[in-house]
Amino acid sequence: MAKVLVYIDNPGTSLKKSSLELLTLGRALGETAVALNGKLHDDVAAAFAEYGVGTVLLPSAEDLDDFLVAPKAAYLAAAAGQAGADIVLLDNSPEGKEIAARAGIRLNAGVITDVVAVDADGTAHKSVLAGSYNTACKAGTAVSVLTVKANNVVPEPAAAPAALETVTVEVPAVSAAARITAREQKVASGRPDLTDARIVVAGGRGLDGDFGPVEELADALGAAVGASRAATDAGWISHDAQVGQTGKTVSPQLYISAGISGAIQQKAGMQTAKVIVAVNKDAESPVFEIADFGIVGDLFDVLPQATAEIKKRKG
Amino acid sequence: MKIIVLVKHVPDAQFDRHLTGEGYTTDRDESILSELDEYALEAALQLAEARGGAKAGNQVIALSMGPSGAVNAIKKALQIGATEGVHLTDDALAGSDAAATSLALAAAIRHLGSDAPVDLVLTGMASTDGETSLVPAQLAERLDLPQVTFASSLEVDGGRLTARRDADTSSETVEAPLPAVVSVTDQINEPRYPNFKGIIAAKRKSITTLSLADIGVDPAQVGHAGSWTSVLSAEERPPRTAGTIITDEGDAGIKLVDFLAAQKLL
Repeated sequence: MAKVLVYIDNPGTSLKKSSLELLTLGRALGETAVALNGKLHDDVAAAFAEYGVGTVLLPSAEDLDDFLVAPKAAYLAAAAGQAGADIVLLDNSPEGKEIAARAGIRLNAGVITDVVAVDADGTAHKSVLAGSYNTACKAGTAVSVLTVKANNVVPEPAAAPAALETVTVEVPAVSAAARITAREQKVASGRPDLTDARIVVAGGRGLDGDFGPVEELADALGAAVGASRAATDAGWISHDAQVGQTGKTVSPQLYISAGISGAIQQKAGMQTAKVIVAVNKDAESPVFEIADFGIVGDLFDVLPQATAEIKKRKG
Repeated sequence: MKIIVLVKHVPDAQFDRHLTGEGYTTDRDESILSELDEYALEAALQLAEARGGAKAGNQVIALSMGPSGAVNAIKKALQIGATEGVHLTDDALAGSDAAATSLALAAAIRHLGSDAPVDLVLTGMASTDGETSLVPAQLAERLDLPQVTFASSLEVDGGRLTARRDADTSSETVEAPLPAVVSVTDQINEPRYPNFKGIIAAKRKSITTLSLADIGVDPAQVGHAGSWTSVLSAEERPPRTAGTIITDEGDAGIKLVDFLAAQKLL
């Protein structure tokens, strides 16, 4: 049976859904252990046991968060060696990918990012070129390192909980690392994370600076708010919200595009959404070529009407 | 300063892009300088200009790995303002994954630093074709240099750099000694366009060609053969087709909600 090591970074007091997805995927592939960075809270330990994790590896050093990526990658590679891992799983965040990148070099292991499914033999599936191809990839090395996109596995506890043991991993010294000298937390929006959200409502140039109608519809649907590059470049909304080639790639169940023409740069970030709804004044907008439901109309009329109707139906 | 900027020629995303041949690599017939690399080049030019530019001995070297077409990315970089170009090219490199690419580029960077040390390696935040963002981190690992990735601001002062990184939930200030590997986002600056003077000047700038033998890399370590990952199959997704399009007659908001309800999305 394959040995799988799941890397989880600073879970705090509860595991994120994406972490539970990795544990569920790991269990389907073999025997799972976790390499944790940060404190192991009792509730998190209980969740690990519930998800069938037998071993939690913890770093000997507590200052991994003070540096950028390098010592975390050194720790993960050492943990993978200690655990005898065949497959290492991480989340697909920018940091997850970079830890994977460097740990892969240390382990002489092939790294595959943006994975949406893994077969029993370790073959990974991902879509490339902005969702225009689905590919199957495989690492030919003894160890594979895979970063897995959220929302592709349904989290499921193990049939029987595991007895959890903890093991310390000696973190190798890293001579060259950038130090994080200050960190400012951003104000939480209270909305779901854009990359993982089930529903995204996105606005573009047509909003003319006023994201109110998009935000209100998003809140009625419990959705994340996205934006086109035109809207973020204009400073109407934070750059974090940008969906597209130079921003985030999203594949929600529902993507509502409002006042976005849908040029290739935007399309690249959202065309793998399950259902696309578009509202735009211009009937010639390219977004209508890919929309499952399109409305040619003024978003300042259509969006508030839809928001009110949703609130009415949800009571 | 001696700055190396990594530039990549990628298929133009304005057109349909295809995976072809053994190993399913991208078809680069219509290729351009990766848009995200222009931010790295601009950051390098600003650092060099602040120190007196090429006249004061500052070098901005555009390095690209790839077949003959990669020269186009280097030429564009020279037109924009890079002082010289380096083209790492070898038939054995075809089909290299991120690990093999970073191995070859690390060797090329060491080679370029053999006469005078390199102060900074600058890259874009990702290529616009592979989009994995693996190479900058792997380069830092292989070169044993500090990694400063996704920088949205960059300052260099007396052998140290300070950068800002903006993530979704927090912003960080990061410091590292030089030399370092830095990738920059599209928020860091407004890249310049090549002007007429730049285009003329580029014709007099040199492009050095390097082979694997020149940089001391065994061909078996790179390309399809030396890569640690391979693409087993690739299927083109059927293009999306247009669905129902209606024109608002005063009740489109209600119809939108009806559609969502029918799709069980409420």
